Amino acid sequence: MIPPTRGLPMPVLSLLLLVVWLLLQHSLALGQWLLGGVLAIAIPLVCQPFWERQQRARRPFKLLRYVLRVLVDIVVANLEVSKLILDPRGKLRPALVEYPLTLKQNFPITILASTITLTPGTVSAHLRLDGRTLLIHALDVADIDALIDEIHQRYERPLMEIFEP
Amino acid sequence: MLNSILEGVIAFMLIAGGAFAFIGSLGLTHLKDFYMRLHGPSKTTTLGVGCTLVGSSLYFSLNDGPIVQELLITIFVFITAPVSAHMLAKSALHHKLKPDPRTRGNPVELESEKPKHSVEEAPQGKSPLP
Repeated sequence: MIPPTRGLPMPVLSLLLLVVWLLLQHSLALGQWLLGGVLAIAIPLVCQPFWERQQRARRPFKLLRYVLRVLVDIVVANLEVSKLILDPRGKLRPALVEYPLTLKQNFPITILASTITLTPGTVSAHLRLDGRTLLIHALDVADIDALIDEIHQRYERPLMEIFEP
Repeated sequence: MLNSILEGVIAFMLIAGGAFAFIGSLGLTHLKDFYMRLHGPSKTTTLGVGCTLVGSSLYFSLNDGPIVQELLITIFVFITAPVSAHMLAKSALHHKLKPDPRTRGNPVELESEKPKHSVEEAPQGKSPLP
């Protein structure tokens, strides 16, 4: 990834702002590039004190693979939840699961929680700050331990590889 | 020829998006408790919006060149939907809403505890407010 410098404390955010600006303006004129560039430099400088130190993705390609996997899983999740909703009643086995986190840093935990909400039959409900556990509500689960294991293998381990040394 | 195929794809995307959004709303009315109802809007509507936007993006690309702003909406939805679902679930836990009796698992957050102080014997301190 691009290393941060003094003028550009958050290079990825700056790049993102520029791209979003150009997309919103729907033009690639020189003026838009200049205006977007100024905003992309100024906004991170102004709001820098509010942000936590930006995480560096150690393995960008693994991150890409992770994003693709999550996108596929979102489609699968939707089909599954649709099936569960349309199914005759009385078959759902909801559960509140306490998931033990092994991730330590805030940013990867945020990504994991969002992923859990977007993927099959689970909504992350609460992050305990002290106990380092994530409370998950699952719509239909047969085996709680299997669910915990699956989340660990499928999402948490790649995130650990990407963000934590 | 190519146009009619693309129009078919657009129509399919729109119908699929509508169907997913509808199923999500159906879940909102049919499921038993608050926590289960959260699943509908947080997932199915995401894909519903996604499909509709792909359809819209294709349709407008046919007429006046490639258009990708719709991608932005998709990204914003993907970022905001989980956060709002998380906050809703959190506030439900805070109010100690009872989940459906079939729900397994009994986290500490839902155990009913007696309030530590009644109103009369609440700890007295200097209030900064007048």
